[in-house]
Amino acid sequence: MPERIDFWGIPHPWGPILVYALLGLATLILVVRFYQRARVWWQTGLPEKRWDHLPTRLGRLVKYAILQVRVLGQRYPGIMHAALAWSFFVLFLGTAFATINGHFITFLQGSSYLVYKLTLDVFSVVFLVGAGMAAYRRFVLRPARLTLQGKFTWSLVFLVFIVLNGLLIESLRLAIEKPAWALWSPAGWAIAQLWIASGASQGALYNWHLGVYTLHFVTVSAFFVTLPTGTLVHLLTAPLNVFFSKIDRPAGRLAALPETKEGEPIYADRLAHLSWKQILDSEACTECGRCQEVCPAYASNKQLSPKQLVVDIREKLHEEWATAKSKPTEPAPLVNGQIREADVWSCTTCGACDQECPVLVEHVDTLVDLRRSLVIEGRMDARLQDALAGLSRYGNSFGQSERNRAKWSQALPTKIKDARKEPVEYLWFVGDYASYNPAITEITRQAAQVFQSAGLDFGILYEAERNAGNDARRAGEEGLFEYLVEKNSAALAKCDFQAIFTTDPHTFNTLKNEYPGDVLAGRPVLHYTEVLERLIARGQLRFERALDAVVTYHDPCYLGRYNGVYAAPRRVLAALGCRLVEMPRHGAHAFCCGAGGGRIWMEEGEMQERPSENRIREAAALGSVSTLVVACPKDVAMFRDALKTTSLEGRLVVKDLVELVHEALEPVAVASPEGLTENGGKDG
Amino acid sequence: MKILVPIQLVPDLVEELVIAQDGKRLDLDATRWIISEFDDHAIEQAILLKEKIGGEVTVIAPDFEGTEDVLYQALAKGADQVVKLSGDFQSELNTHALARLVVHYLQTKSERPDLILTGVQANSSLDGSLGPLLAAYLDLPFVDCVAQTEIEDQKITVRKEYPGGLTADWSVALPVVLGIQAANTPPRYVPISKMRLAMKTGSIATEEVGELDLSGAVDSTRMYTPEADQRAQMIDGDVDQVAEKLVALFKELGVL
Amino acid sequence: MSQDIYVFIEHVCGKTLDISYMMLAQAQQLAAASGGEVVAILLGHNVAGLASDLGADTVWYVDHPELEDFIWANSLAVLEALLARQSPRLVLFGDTTIGSGLASGLSARLGLPLVGYCRQVFPNGGHFHYISQICGGKMLVEGALPDSTALIAMIPGAFRIEQGKSDEKHSATPVPLDGLDEILARNAQKYIFKGYTEPAAGDVDITREKILVSVGRGIQSEDNLSLAQDLADALEGAVSGSRPIIDQSWLPTSRLVGKSGKTVKPKVYLALGISGAPEHTEAITGADAIIAVNTDPSAPIFNLAKYGVQLDLLDLLPVLTDRVRAEK
Repeated sequence: MPERIDFWGIPHPWGPILVYALLGLATLILVVRFYQRARVWWQTGLPEKRWDHLPTRLGRLVKYAILQVRVLGQRYPGIMHAALAWSFFVLFLGTAFATINGHFITFLQGSSYLVYKLTLDVFSVVFLVGAGMAAYRRFVLRPARLTLQGKFTWSLVFLVFIVLNGLLIESLRLAIEKPAWALWSPAGWAIAQLWIASGASQGALYNWHLGVYTLHFVTVSAFFVTLPTGTLVHLLTAPLNVFFSKIDRPAGRLAALPETKEGEPIYADRLAHLSWKQILDSEACTECGRCQEVCPAYASNKQLSPKQLVVDIREKLHEEWATAKSKPTEPAPLVNGQIREADVWSCTTCGACDQECPVLVEHVDTLVDLRRSLVIEGRMDARLQDALAGLSRYGNSFGQSERNRAKWSQALPTKIKDARKEPVEYLWFVGDYASYNPAITEITRQAAQVFQSAGLDFGILYEAERNAGNDARRAGEEGLFEYLVEKNSAALAKCDFQAIFTTDPHTFNTLKNEYPGDVLAGRPVLHYTEVLERLIARGQLRFERALDAVVTYHDPCYLGRYNGVYAAPRRVLAALGCRLVEMPRHGAHAFCCGAGGGRIWMEEGEMQERPSENRIREAAALGSVSTLVVACPKDVAMFRDALKTTSLEGRLVVKDLVELVHEALEPVAVASPEGLTENGGKDG
Repeated sequence: MKILVPIQLVPDLVEELVIAQDGKRLDLDATRWIISEFDDHAIEQAILLKEKIGGEVTVIAPDFEGTEDVLYQALAKGADQVVKLSGDFQSELNTHALARLVVHYLQTKSERPDLILTGVQANSSLDGSLGPLLAAYLDLPFVDCVAQTEIEDQKITVRKEYPGGLTADWSVALPVVLGIQAANTPPRYVPISKMRLAMKTGSIATEEVGELDLSGAVDSTRMYTPEADQRAQMIDGDVDQVAEKLVALFKELGVL
Repeated sequence: MSQDIYVFIEHVCGKTLDISYMMLAQAQQLAAASGGEVVAILLGHNVAGLASDLGADTVWYVDHPELEDFIWANSLAVLEALLARQSPRLVLFGDTTIGSGLASGLSARLGLPLVGYCRQVFPNGGHFHYISQICGGKMLVEGALPDSTALIAMIPGAFRIEQGKSDEKHSATPVPLDGLDEILARNAQKYIFKGYTEPAAGDVDITREKILVSVGRGIQSEDNLSLAQDLADALEGAVSGSRPIIDQSWLPTSRLVGKSGKTVKPKVYLALGISGAPEHTEAITGADAIIAVNTDPSAPIFNLAKYGVQLDLLDLLPVLTDRVRAEK
């Protein structure tokens, strides 16, 4: 009967003893060295509670670390990595099974042994295929996002060497034993043919076997010893990072500033003012570069790379500890030390990096923390300063009087209800751009007309509305965010309404995810596209004509990626009779317009291609599409600009979804005083 | 180094200005008061000097609606002391009277400032600027329209601007009064949390003032907005139409 | 008290400033009404020649080495001494980086009433009335001046330079300084002149350009300046700016139009995103045509401009530049 023989061909009793001693020692060194590396995280970083919700965390561990769903999101690197990682698991488990079989329960007998042999053999080959793909990618494809450094190549060579040695050991044993079931190890048996054909004596093959066996265990021990410092440390850090990833809040909610015991806020001006988890993030990064590939800031100016940001933090960590031995006492600044200030400001907080990261690094949170540390020092460009000053003084980034907030509504034939004075079913939170930007207010009026003609019971806050604070917060001005929340909360507290809806996805995000629970008291926060969808579904909005246009739709980051609203705008488009052609990057993978995170208020800086230009070219490349539909006032501003700067004006038009809805309604007898849009006049 | 920064509040021009019932002045209820832009630069310059060579910065302001915010903001920026001149005078205070109040305040103190920084002008002052009034009352040297200020060994070097873009550097002995046109770097942003901290931990000293001496100014009999007939002839239309009309206009004016 | 109108003549580096002529023009009008004389007061050292083209009845000239470069305390001391002996109806100063401080100082020293930001003084039933422009040009204030001596700080606008010039080749009437030597010398010790800095040499001279594309806050960011430059290139003009743009170092000081910058007289002055505060507008009144582009319909610049456009300049500029290029 086929069965596993432990330490076949190894001199007893010294062989096994040496093997166990060597591996035991290597494991001990691994544990000690990894502990030495890991203790730095909590000794450097601030405490942060990430131990709760154990079942959810274990679930994530299975999903992201074992099944690796994020990694598999991309075909070539996904298959490559799965081939390597899963084979590695299987081979590791195989060794563990063998040990259990040898010393505790004997189960590798008969057919189970044959299946075991076949499995290990097949996965050895799968591993080598994965390694081949990795080598091809590293040396031939050479994608820009990868860190092409020798240390990664050496890790690959190291692993291939260990797996190849395993195969060699097996093949030599098969060549000597020639068992009847040899075909169950097809790869090993194939190599064994070489030994048999070589005509080497049994004694020689025994010696070779012993030599390769020794080499295998020495290299495996070396692998154990070097694991905590090499690039393969992600075998340990990535699962840890996944396990400790944030689950206490939605992606759209930033954490408040950490505080000292005395309640003083702590700003991330140095490494020690990041949390241990933020430091673990940097240790878990595999430098795969998927974040960089989707980053609009990287695409436009090649400055900020989310990958580099994380690597910079890691390098800073190692640098400080290398010189200090114990916890460093004189910490150098993070920004303008390792990390350039301009890079910190170029992020749009679109969240694509967070979404892409296979090991769940939380880039945006750290980036906003860095911004907070700059803002508290007053370090920012003049435009942002103006915008923030306008927000704190007048409650809007335009620096205009709050008394003019609802001026756009004066040209409407039917006055909008004042939600401060009478109860309304829906409270419309209009937002800054829709209220103040002269190029957008016509769209805002059209939206009002659409809601009025659908018989929606709604009102606005008039002068009492302030900027909701989403982008002020993401620009790093936490105090201003809190101030705006207070102002808006006080205004909302005085109103009688059943639900809120917003024009701006940014406003939508912060109201929905960040405003204190008692302000909304369970009342839903909706985006206007969701309201339109409801009105259509209930038959309150009936279109007189189908628009019959071929359009594409841009998912705003704070509507789609952050809050998962993908279907509503698409259903409205379908109801309008539009044929939707998706851009290659759509839904959760939509590419940011470049306005978010307060970027719309900042100096642009050096740009090769604006994110909005990149995006509008993507839309224009769709051929049949004539309209880029958006659902965010900032998108309207950004993309109409981009149309001009890319000279695509004749090729595409940019329209807000509500403009199309307005167009499809029975001509509304309303003047559009400024006639700023192509269709405003026609319908008026 | 003791630095005094007397500041003025002016109407916020972002708001629509409303003329009072009597037709002579601004409607105070409809006016929002903010720190005069140049006084903001004066505070900034004072803080910059303090950061460089140490010292003590005192900011003093008349008690208008909004003065407290301005003073707390000065504290948040790094001022050591802020003083509110308190009295019922918002409707009539003029620059001469304010200058006298500041002089009076200084007379009650044992120590005189080495440096008095004032904004070069305030947009609502009909009766001159605070800086030269103070210098004349206190018999101190004065340099106006200062756009750069450096300090070394009790000597201050300033860059004064002249009409026509010309500038000159002057070294002036202390004590001196400067009319600040611009600080070396634009006024810094005060994060709200710092402002709140200042409001929580800082305190505003209040100085009660007596009767105002308003002499030196001339009363107004009428206030009004510039006449409509002086207004520009507006060129209407969308961007393309306007551009076309402008090109035609350039030709007509002989520049194209 | 006399009915004379005194005008304090401003000059820098041997050149009389335009504001001086504008004030002389104003003074002539008032002197005609009051029956007094126009007296120009010239302070300086070796600048008697500047008297020749001043449109005044008399030019009093005070010459002293310590008056060579403008020192506020010294000019103040001389004027104080002069006015202690005379009481004219009005003394006109420019509301400039020179005259404004002097007027205030003199008002404090002599207890004379002062009106600043003054656009115009006009006779009205035996009295003089003033019109001043405050709140960044958004409000005008009018009032009656007292019949005793008053000080006025004037902003340009109402009078043209030519009206204040004269071909009569005046000679200066020297005025002796009695007992002021000591004061002047003592003051001079407190102020040490280090030298003038001309605006960056080698740059374009915006006072000579036929067309100026001038930008203000509305340009929003440094990056957008290229849009203005493109238009200026297409029109063969130059880019200039208002104070905030120069403060941000987006343009060199040599491109500053305004009170502390250059006074310009182009054929066309395109004011892009400039609100029109008096400190700026006083330097462009000599332009043949001002075209203002601003999103804010209440911007005071529209009160001065001949033509106005209410659009976002960032939208307009690229389109306009293309059209201008197409014309050539």
